[in-house]
Amino acid sequence: MSEHGLPADVSRRQMLVRSAAIAAMVGPGSALAAGCAAGSGSSKSSTTNSGSTAANSSDPKNPFGVKASNPLDVYVFKGGYGDNYAKAFEAMYTKDFPGASVSHHSGQNLTGDLQPRFNAGSPPDVIDDSGAQQLKLDVLNSSGQLTNLDQLLNAPSIDDPSKKVRDTLLAGTIEQGQLGASMFSLNYVFTVFGLWYSASTFKKNNWQVPTTWDDFMTLCATIKATGMAPFAHQGKYPYYMLVPLMDMVAKNGGPDVQTAIDNLEPNAWKADAVKNSVDAIYELVDKGYMLPGTEGLTHIQSQTLWNQGKAAVIPCGSWLENEQLTATPPGFDMAVFAMPSLTGDKMPQTAVRAEAGEPFIVPSKAKNQAGGLEFLRIMCSKAGGASFAQNANSLSVVKDAITPEISAKLLPGTKSSNDLYQAANGQYIAWYYLNWYSQFEKDLEDAMSQLMANKIQPADFINRAQSAADKCAADSSVQKFKRPTSTS
Amino acid sequence: MRLRKKTRERLFIASFLAGPLLVYLVFVIWPYIETFGYSLTEWSGVAPPSKVVGLKNYVDLFHDPIFLKALTHNMIILIVFPTVTIALSMFFAFMLNVGGRRGGLGGVKGIRGSAFFRIVFFFPQVLSVAIIVILFQSAYESNSVGLFNAIVIKLGLTDANHPWEFLNSPTFVLWCIMFILVWQWVGFYLVLFSAAMQQIPRDYYEAALLDGAGRTQTYFKVTMPLLWDSVQTAWVYLAVAAMDAFALVATLTPGSSFGGGPDEHGEVLSTYLMRNFQVLGKAGYACAMGVVIFFITLILSLVVLRATRRERLEY
Repeated sequence: MSEHGLPADVSRRQMLVRSAAIAAMVGPGSALAAGCAAGSGSSKSSTTNSGSTAANSSDPKNPFGVKASNPLDVYVFKGGYGDNYAKAFEAMYTKDFPGASVSHHSGQNLTGDLQPRFNAGSPPDVIDDSGAQQLKLDVLNSSGQLTNLDQLLNAPSIDDPSKKVRDTLLAGTIEQGQLGASMFSLNYVFTVFGLWYSASTFKKNNWQVPTTWDDFMTLCATIKATGMAPFAHQGKYPYYMLVPLMDMVAKNGGPDVQTAIDNLEPNAWKADAVKNSVDAIYELVDKGYMLPGTEGLTHIQSQTLWNQGKAAVIPCGSWLENEQLTATPPGFDMAVFAMPSLTGDKMPQTAVRAEAGEPFIVPSKAKNQAGGLEFLRIMCSKAGGASFAQNANSLSVVKDAITPEISAKLLPGTKSSNDLYQAANGQYIAWYYLNWYSQFEKDLEDAMSQLMANKIQPADFINRAQSAADKCAADSSVQKFKRPTSTS
Repeated sequence: MRLRKKTRERLFIASFLAGPLLVYLVFVIWPYIETFGYSLTEWSGVAPPSKVVGLKNYVDLFHDPIFLKALTHNMIILIVFPTVTIALSMFFAFMLNVGGRRGGLGGVKGIRGSAFFRIVFFFPQVLSVAIIVILFQSAYESNSVGLFNAIVIKLGLTDANHPWEFLNSPTFVLWCIMFILVWQWVGFYLVLFSAAMQQIPRDYYEAALLDGAGRTQTYFKVTMPLLWDSVQTAWVYLAVAAMDAFALVATLTPGSSFGGGPDEHGEVLSTYLMRNFQVLGKAGYACAMGVVIFFITLILSLVVLRATRRERLEY
């Protein structure tokens, strides 16, 4: 369901930011000082293992010792994914534990709804803690309010009791939910970024999905000749357009350039890869391939025009299909392709940006903690991942949940993003500066908005980016991080 | 010992005032004091302040180009918005109440259809800011289907491939916001001034009429001077509103967290404050901004009240 208000946008932005913000905290193992979510004196220790629940772990069917007689209290953030998917999980839970009563709550004002309950010591048993009003995980954790989910990771998988849950999740999921050495949130939704198009329109016009930038430029000329604008973007929020740009930089420059940029090294932005990519993206503006006025449109406005066939291609993450559900005409056949490659790219063209988001937590003071953990274990089953893909039209972090049968039932865009993820074959693009240095990201966005409005030239953009990086590097009040060397 | 009568009266009055005063102290004065305290610290906003830095935040503020830019924008709004709003609403109020052609009761009445206009003008006031934002988001849409763009394209001022950017234009973004502010507030002050005008005794207008004063003369010589109290009130309120403008700028102007774009051309103090407080992890710095805004608003109110003080006419 598409949301026209702003909160949806904020949550989307947070989706980009949040996942790696957590990663950022993990990296240096920084102990964020005790916050003030709980009025009480916050205990410094974050481990609140429940001895009682670990006792029954001998039974692979019920490792946490859930009692059907205990009611389960679920609260989910009702954002871009709606809350039908949660109801489906609840149904699976009651099927496993007949007679268990499950109460379902959803909303957007999480702080308002849940902070009093945390303070009163009666939080829900499982929470999807997302959106603009998200309760900050580091604050909750430093107040001892979160259950350590390592016991979930070490529990046997529903599909194959010989496997642990930790082995059934996509790579990077666990790291994104860790605070220090343990996982405290299950980041359940998997997002893939790329350029989106209508497969039926492409087919009708006999347009080929481009793999190189030159092909893409040729295609754009062809598309423009038909009267359709080749490219639209969500110009009011320039971070959308920074995603394709920085994906091109990553592909063209490889790990060295990425490390230099993430680590705010001097002259990092002067690399050839940056120039090649900025020049390429600017071509879209310079050659008049942009939908007129798209630089001032909101995500909803631009995406809807794209749905109406006013533009052929738009950059976005895989939440797009669910967001545009009502605006998408029948037979649109939404699909996504990875950024076309430039000459001399260091990563394959199939490489994509992919991230885990939407943190689910089990409060440590939950009445039915075992139930909350079991709920997450159900989510981590293949049936759970498949159910999510169908009810929320998005991918989950569950490995191999999308079997050919399920895939046939998926909406075209979700299917396409799954294909894109599979094709990437482990080559994923990740940027860290975006979440480590908010001011830097903001400065980049400002410069990007001007480049896309044709008010500055590529060289100006690069200069502005470099001076923003230098400013950030020189700001002693900003905590600095180093890009992990192992990641691609 | 019996208290003196006067003391008892005072205690009686104080007992009524204590409650509201306490609420005011706890929910208004105390947060102000706290904000001032936080403004002297380096504070991320998610954990207790890390250290006291004295007046450093304030010194930084006045070397911060974005802050100064935002301040300039607020000053432009402060000059343009109240002036235009008061001038327009006063003019409309005059037309609706006493601007009609002669021939009515005692020769004084509003123009034809004044009851209808009064409702129409007040309409924006009834709408919540959220609705106004959605309305203007569509009206200002930077592509050929936006309301205003459709008009300028029909008028031949531009073509569909070069729509005007409106909120995304560095030159016009602030004016687009001010247009909404004026549109939003004219109706309210129209009603305020209308009410004040209706208190002006009709004989004054009749006397002016008999003396041969025209519409313009009546307006400047009789109506305006007698409305001075209301104008004064309007100035103070509008000045405060001009220092704020948060909701419209945060939602309508481009930029991810609290707008302010394009490229800071739409930035105002309140949005810059919120971004520092919530997104950039500079809550202490944001508090210093809050204190500065507080003093600017306070000084403005005092200046307006002082500068506009006039002799009162009792009637």
